[in-house]
Amino acid sequence: MSLTLEQVRRVAQLARIDISDAEAESTLGHLNGIFSLIEEMQAVDTRGVEPMAHAQDLAQRLRVDEVTEVNRRDAYQAVAPETEAGLYLVPKVIE
Amino acid sequence: MITRSLSALARALAAREISSVELTRLYLERIARLNPKFNAYISVDEEKSLAQARAADDMLAAGQAGPLTGIPLAQKDIFCARGWLTTCGSKMLSNFVSPYDATVIERFNAAGTVILGKTNMDEFAMGSSNETSHFGAVRNPWNTECVPGGSSGGSAAAVAALLAPAATGTDTGGSIRQPAAMCGLTGLKPTYGVVSRYGMIAFASSLDQGGPMARSAEDCALLLNTMAGFDERDSTSLDRPKEDYTRDVEKPLAGLKIGLPKEFFGEGCDPDVMKRIEEAIAEYRKLGAETIEVSLPNMKLAVPAYYVIAPAEASSNLSRFDGVRYGYRAPEYADLNDMYSKTRAQGFGEEVKRRILIGTYVLSHGYYDAYYLQAQRIRRLIANDFVEAFKQCDVIMGPTSPTTAFRIGEKASDPVQMYLSDIYTIAVNLAGLPGMAVPAGFVGGLPVGLQLIGNYFSEARLLNVAHRYQQVTDWHLQHPAGLD
Repeated sequence: MSLTLEQVRRVAQLARIDISDAEAESTLGHLNGIFSLIEEMQAVDTRGVEPMAHAQDLAQRLRVDEVTEVNRRDAYQAVAPETEAGLYLVPKVIE
Repeated sequence: MITRSLSALARALAAREISSVELTRLYLERIARLNPKFNAYISVDEEKSLAQARAADDMLAAGQAGPLTGIPLAQKDIFCARGWLTTCGSKMLSNFVSPYDATVIERFNAAGTVILGKTNMDEFAMGSSNETSHFGAVRNPWNTECVPGGSSGGSAAAVAALLAPAATGTDTGGSIRQPAAMCGLTGLKPTYGVVSRYGMIAFASSLDQGGPMARSAEDCALLLNTMAGFDERDSTSLDRPKEDYTRDVEKPLAGLKIGLPKEFFGEGCDPDVMKRIEEAIAEYRKLGAETIEVSLPNMKLAVPAYYVIAPAEASSNLSRFDGVRYGYRAPEYADLNDMYSKTRAQGFGEEVKRRILIGTYVLSHGYYDAYYLQAQRIRRLIANDFVEAFKQCDVIMGPTSPTTAFRIGEKASDPVQMYLSDIYTIAVNLAGLPGMAVPAGFVGGLPVGLQLIGNYFSEARLLNVAHRYQQVTDWHLQHPAGLD
């Protein structure tokens, strides 16, 4: 299988990564190299094999529905690019 | 002093032969002088380190010292440390001063260790050479033309160059074991779930595991005693009884059954590296171990499956870097979408972007079953291979890496060649098993690492197996030239 330039642009758009035409070209070459490695998997018959999502087959642990964190809003917002009155600022979404 | 083991340093501190402040200054002075040559550290903060050292000296004076109190350590820059710049090797986090501590850091702080600095690494731990770091390549202390391995390359170089007595690393596909092997160190990747991932910046959450990198197995055991333990803030942390990982180090190896997977001893490994591995195994036979051939028939599928699973998880984990809550934001943009896209285009390096794109693709509609689900099924086959193998043996041995450290730039433009550098380590992460790298000699002046793989939760046994070998060899005690 081989990716097309159009697919690379589409995936970059889904991943929200701006990509120039020149970058898309060189990325295409690299990705196709990587996918030719990945393709080795496809020849294997895995019918009936249970997919392994995790290293330990454990059920998700549950906890009591209680507030355990202290409010450190100021400390956490101090590292944000832009905040105002305790809110994160982003460019206007709705005109 | 700088070549002493952690327990010898602890004895010197307890005997007031040296204070933690003096020891910390000794290392800070070396870092200031020698780090420019190796680029092992991204950040050093003398004030912070010395404040911790003073607190440790108080603990020592008050008779409240634990086994590591007062010992300075290098922390991989993937662990969030409160008040410290925590970059994960990326431009995306080049301005991120962490407002909180990772559990690993919290545990080391409580034990009274000193953070000497944050070590360089491949960007977001994605790499096998430390060349993808936004902060530049790290140089191997054994040969500065060569890479230190990756992704924990800065930690490995720091310890090998005697710029820290020991360090932490993280291992998603070999990132503790491969740089440990390439820099002549002992490194341990614990069973998945043993060390908390809270505050350890996520790459591939079902594979990532933190662990120690040090000169000896004994040092690793001491570090793991502090690092390991249940943490309710990590949903995959395992709630198990506390273990003393040093408890079995001296146990004799008579009767130990070593499994040698035929897939590790075929083609693909440099013959000189293989010679060192075979010599190490011969040493184990002298110690009373017996060897048997085992098979991991799906081994060759580990790299392909990993390069679906790890990028898939990474593409999801790294979606949090959007320029809104922390880290880098592009200076100019037209609207919200443009801000995301430009921030991520400028903030991530090439290898990280490649993996996000692979991950996004394999998870996208129409490809999920063929790639992601297939990779997870193969992951099961690989894990089952180990289950079968461990019915016949106590520990598996083989090379850690197919070559010694390669030259800087040699594989940087060819991702596939770089990925194949981890052929012997990746399967261990997919299965979630513990693994170690142990110094086993040199080829052309560069270290070779023997890999030990154990069954789930057999860390104490692995450390024992490594320690007994280190009692009869001195590869782990050798240092590169020109470090004064």
